[in-house]
Amino acid sequence: MFETLTLSALPPEDEAIRPALRALIDEAIAELPVSRRARSWQGFDASFSRKLGQAGYLGLSLPKEYGGMGRGPFTRFVVVEELLSAGAPVAGHWIADRQSGPLILHYGTEEQRRFYLPRISKGEALFCIGMSEPGSGSDLASVRTRAEQQADGSWLLNGQKIWTTNAMHGDYMIALVRTSGTSADRQQGLSQLIVDLKAPGVIIRPIVDLTGDAHFAEVFFEDVRLAPDALIGSEGQGWKQVTAELAFERSGPERIYSSVVLIDAWVRHLEAVGRKDSATLRLVGSLMAQQAVLREMSLAVTARLVAGESPVVEASLMKDLGTSFEQAVPQLIGDDLAANPDEPVDPELYRTLLYVTYAAPSFSLRGGTREILRGIIARGLGLR
Amino acid sequence: MDMSELIDPFARLIEDICTPAAIREIEQGGDTAAMWKAFLESGFLDALVAEESGGAGLSLSDAASLIALLGRHAVPLPVGDTMVARALLAAAGVEAPEGPIAIATGAGAAPFAAVATHILSGAPDAPVVTPANVEPTGVPHDGGAYVSGLDGKALRPIAAALRALLISGAAERVMEMTVAYANERVQFGKPIGKQQAVQQQLSVLAEQAVAARIAAAIGARAGLRPKLVDAAIAKHGTSLAAGQIAAIAHAVHGAIGISEEYDLQLLTRRLHGWRLADGSEGYWAGVLGELRMAEPAKPTADFIRGA
Repeated sequence: MFETLTLSALPPEDEAIRPALRALIDEAIAELPVSRRARSWQGFDASFSRKLGQAGYLGLSLPKEYGGMGRGPFTRFVVVEELLSAGAPVAGHWIADRQSGPLILHYGTEEQRRFYLPRISKGEALFCIGMSEPGSGSDLASVRTRAEQQADGSWLLNGQKIWTTNAMHGDYMIALVRTSGTSADRQQGLSQLIVDLKAPGVIIRPIVDLTGDAHFAEVFFEDVRLAPDALIGSEGQGWKQVTAELAFERSGPERIYSSVVLIDAWVRHLEAVGRKDSATLRLVGSLMAQQAVLREMSLAVTARLVAGESPVVEASLMKDLGTSFEQAVPQLIGDDLAANPDEPVDPELYRTLLYVTYAAPSFSLRGGTREILRGIIARGLGLR
Repeated sequence: MDMSELIDPFARLIEDICTPAAIREIEQGGDTAAMWKAFLESGFLDALVAEESGGAGLSLSDAASLIALLGRHAVPLPVGDTMVARALLAAAGVEAPEGPIAIATGAGAAPFAAVATHILSGAPDAPVVTPANVEPTGVPHDGGAYVSGLDGKALRPIAAALRALLISGAAERVMEMTVAYANERVQFGKPIGKQQAVQQQLSVLAEQAVAARIAAAIGARAGLRPKLVDAAIAKHGTSLAAGQIAAIAHAVHGAIGISEEYDLQLLTRRLHGWRLADGSEGYWAGVLGELRMAEPAKPTADFIRGA
């Protein structure tokens, strides 16, 4: 079972982009304290996203005719690995680059591709994803936000989305909404619409989280008018499209590097205080070993994407393992530091530790909860 | 070379001669000669020996699936150990004995040492083969034994990579057996595999089995002389998975799983034994930690990809 996941090497031409990319990243993070870098994929910096776009590091898997780089998932793997391991602020372009771009490429009309994809590749069109609603988290088939098509073909949108990452900074939302039938019809009658977040009737309220940051938002739609071409793909096919989209969201190296800035800061701390007893070395080594295996698994899933497959089960498997590891890291490092109460801890390391500790529950929530993923794996095992 | 040309006959050989009954017989002290003769005559024992020395010249990475098959079928003799030993001996110009060779890398129990005629110690470039003079562990059905007076520490990375492959093969089979059992065993009017709580457990088992296979592949990727980092990652990962996989498999199987007559135990006992052999996850974590702290300023992402 799962024999298709095998060790895979990054092509040399993708490895080759690291030095120039790293120079750009180093410049962007030079002034950022570690506790800010630990936020990485929650870190919003539109100007950095534009710089990445101008330098050709966004829209990597989009064809050149749409302003993309015409490369593939392996190139994106390298870029994401470099960004996250350094703790660069990626929130600005993250969703557009990872999900919205490929979605529009696959399901969008020619006009939608020509309009959105070049701007996504330049870091100039920032997207968020409207999936969750109050009462509808993992059970997406129960979404109630509704778009009624009018006589002139336009859409009238009403409802509410929640836990929408960076809606307050974004230009567009790709919303999963009901366009026909009722919630009793479950997956049938759902569609994906592009919502211009500046449109009249869109109200966005940030949600402050337990770290004091506001990455999420509630988004309300009150009689929002959308042009006929707001629909992506086919009316009623939203569920199928979203399922494919989630495989992109679950498969990348972002599922293994959320705590790596903390690990690096802690390793530097151990060096600074000169602690090299065997228990410490074992903990260091154990984190390295697990991180290394996860990286190869992530690369193996990426290779399936490169082969043109949609590795839904494999991506779920990797995401569950990866996020479990990411969540264990602050627990273990916190215990290590606090087990040595006579050792001075740099305030910046302490801030980083607590940020990652507080944020860690979200690692296994974003992109599908652990229980849902394990259900997908169970189906892959033939149990359901 | 198309690997299936090698793997299929090897798999058939193992299925023919390493039946559960034959495994049990050897574990209870039965004669090993017939089974060993079949492996010896198959030519597979020289799979890793260089072509100019009369072998098949496979790298450890090429042979990884062959070795995993040995773990998958709970082969009770040191076939993988002997393949490695013969390759090292041939490279050093030392003639290999015909009998089963176990590798001893420390003072703990060496897998298969009780059923070996010879023990390999020394170093990769200076391998030493000596007649097996061992002390059984005293654990029922255990083919492992203590080997004293020999120093094989330098062979530990190779042995770790080998053991990781054996674990990955056994882990895969345990996953398949456990999923099949969950689909068959009916309780409360339906197969237990329909229960979400059981599904969640089996998903974790599957994750660990895949992680073990990937970890083992890391150990084999550089060939018969694994990099220390790769050997450490491989044995750490597979050992960590071995304990969890055995525990979940037994939990899902219920009482039948721990009975002697049911085949699951042939595999889970080996998972535990191989986890303890040639350095556990804790040992290899320590090795890796030391390597990491030699470069504390290097980003972790660079360290793990060997940059």
